[in-house]
Amino acid sequence: MKSNTLAKQVFGEKVQIKNILDSSFSNKLIELGFINGQTIEVVFSAPFGDPIAIELNGSVLSLRLEEAATIEVENTNSL
Amino acid sequence: MKIALFGNPNTGKSSVFNLLTGLRQHIGNFAGITVEKKSGSFQIDNQQHQLIDFPGIYSIYPRSKDEEVVYKVVSNPKHPDFPDLAMIVVDASNLDRNLLLFTQIYDLKIPILLVLNMWDLTQKRGIKIDIEKLQSYFPSISIVTTNARIGLGKDRLTEALKNHQLIAGSNPIVEDFKLCDLDDKKKQEEETQFRYQFLKKVIAEIEIVEKTKTDTLSRKIDKILIHPIFGYLIFSIVLFVIFQFIFSFASIPMDFIDVQTTNFSNFVANQLSKGLLNDLICQGIIPGIGGVIIFVPQIALLFLFISILEESGYLSRVVFIMDRLMRPFGLNGKSIVPLISSVACAIPGVMATRTIADWKERLITILVAPLMSCSARIPVYTLLIALVIPKQTVLGIFNLQGIVLFGLYFLGLISALFIAIILNLLIKKKEKGFLLLELPSYKMPRWPNVGINVMEKVKIFVIDAGKIILSISIILWALATFGPSGKIENAEKYVRANPSFTQLSEEEQNQKVASAKLESSYIGIFGKAIEPAIRPLGYDWKIGISLITSFAAREVFVGSLATIYAVQDDSEENLRMIDRLKAEKNNKNEPIFTLASGVSLMIFYVFAMQCMATLAVVRRETNSWKWPLIQLAFMGFMAYFGALFAFTILS
Repeated sequence: MKSNTLAKQVFGEKVQIKNILDSSFSNKLIELGFINGQTIEVVFSAPFGDPIAIELNGSVLSLRLEEAATIEVENTNSL
Repeated sequence: MKIALFGNPNTGKSSVFNLLTGLRQHIGNFAGITVEKKSGSFQIDNQQHQLIDFPGIYSIYPRSKDEEVVYKVVSNPKHPDFPDLAMIVVDASNLDRNLLLFTQIYDLKIPILLVLNMWDLTQKRGIKIDIEKLQSYFPSISIVTTNARIGLGKDRLTEALKNHQLIAGSNPIVEDFKLCDLDDKKKQEEETQFRYQFLKKVIAEIEIVEKTKTDTLSRKIDKILIHPIFGYLIFSIVLFVIFQFIFSFASIPMDFIDVQTTNFSNFVANQLSKGLLNDLICQGIIPGIGGVIIFVPQIALLFLFISILEESGYLSRVVFIMDRLMRPFGLNGKSIVPLISSVACAIPGVMATRTIADWKERLITILVAPLMSCSARIPVYTLLIALVIPKQTVLGIFNLQGIVLFGLYFLGLISALFIAIILNLLIKKKEKGFLLLELPSYKMPRWPNVGINVMEKVKIFVIDAGKIILSISIILWALATFGPSGKIENAEKYVRANPSFTQLSEEEQNQKVASAKLESSYIGIFGKAIEPAIRPLGYDWKIGISLITSFAAREVFVGSLATIYAVQDDSEENLRMIDRLKAEKNNKNEPIFTLASGVSLMIFYVFAMQCMATLAVVRRETNSWKWPLIQLAFMGFMAYFGALFAFTILS
């Protein structure tokens, strides 16, 4: 089981949140629903690959790569 | 009853607000906090209710200055805006995230009316919600379903408000809940995680997801609008269309307002008896009011487009594709709209920065927006270009005058970005900027929401900026009308008695008198006083007077030059004026308007903050005189030294 951050995910792959790293906005990420165990998916990115769009609970949120790098995830099929 | 309206962004909160209050809306400030407060009133069975709209938030713990108001109000039951009832609007198709805020307010023991909005979308997505079961978890609250966007659910809302018992919940999610300190992030995170775990359990019981249908249509549209090539291409086309409207169509009502103001002022001047009061009303107050109203068509049109783009969901995609490009400048994807708006007029541009949650990114956007060349600079640029730039073709196809005009716009844009980089280094901030933006599914705009939004923006401008514009207009009028005792009267007598002027026509004599009067007024004295400072830039005191008067608004420069050089500013092309100005000589018999002094003036107008209306709006938006004064200072600095540089190089 290899851990990874959301910033390095390929599109269309469902992943599960393992941990939110501490940052000045980690509380805000959690409030938006980025909580441990939540399944999310990177659906597309802006040109230049940043920011990225993430589907979470049926709605689409955009994160800068910098922000996505603080979200540790693991592949659901490797569980 | 005092009702507070809470909810996440994009839940249709403003639709609910508009549904209940209609046009009885009022904009003010929250007591003790400088955040805009939108409130409205409505009646149910002769009972007056006040509804206060709070900023859209995901949690009580704020992300931006604007959002702090919620924390400040709900944490203090003695606050004048503390509600008797909280109306919480949630997007029923996304309960997890939406109910977080609800559980926080529930634990604060505030009675709640829960509005499950977007009921149609929820059903379309194949989600069923067992309302009775939700009610059994929270017996004290009322639950109403609405489709506020299409105006459905008003009856159910009023019915629920009528029957509401105003009791607080007795089964808190977090026992003995106390709000965390704003600085205690760790505790906030723990609390939020705990609430989400609780909500997961509740939602698992009340929600049946029959088929998870993602919004495939929105996804398909996104494929095109976010495309690396088509995305930017479509955005450029959208911009082009907006500008086409703002420049060509807004000029029709603007010309109309201009003419009507002059007519009205002449009409009043003839009705009232001659004297100082007449002059004050007809040369100070009426043109001052006209100077405010003339901006309304542009502001209304611009916000019409922005509201449509926002309502449809496209604006958040623009932010999404522009964010990476804007970031190196300390700006945000959301800065793009204000900057583009500022090419029409910086006033709506600065007003449009409100969507930027990050205070530093918003402040930088506000500070650099007036460097974008606005439409008020056009008359100044055209006059100066016609004066000093020869009609020439360069490289076979390019018109030299056109290249210079383009260069001035380009200089404005480049300097805005450059200053942004510097401000980004200078302005300190504890936290990193973040985007965290929702990309809602595409929807048809709701026209009542668009209309109300446009009216609101126009109202804010007319009332708040208007007050300042009007008062400065009156001050400038007074300074141009009065002078040290007797000087102005002497000036008139002197001109009338001058034998070389007696052959001139009545009209030309009047022009000479107006010019002489302006020269001996306080403004004329100021103009002469600043001459030593502006001589290195290639200007004389007459240009100095025009610089001072055009502080009110840049376009005044042309009219002032006309008065002070006693020339008529009449024909369409300013032809006569240009010839007269070209012939103008200083006391060493050298022409005043040379290539050097002309370009120096152009550079001055690219940079200088010659617009009191913008300063007024910046004061309003930043809630202090500090930032507009800083802006005035650095733009003035750039203008002076830019012009000095240009003049020295070219002469």
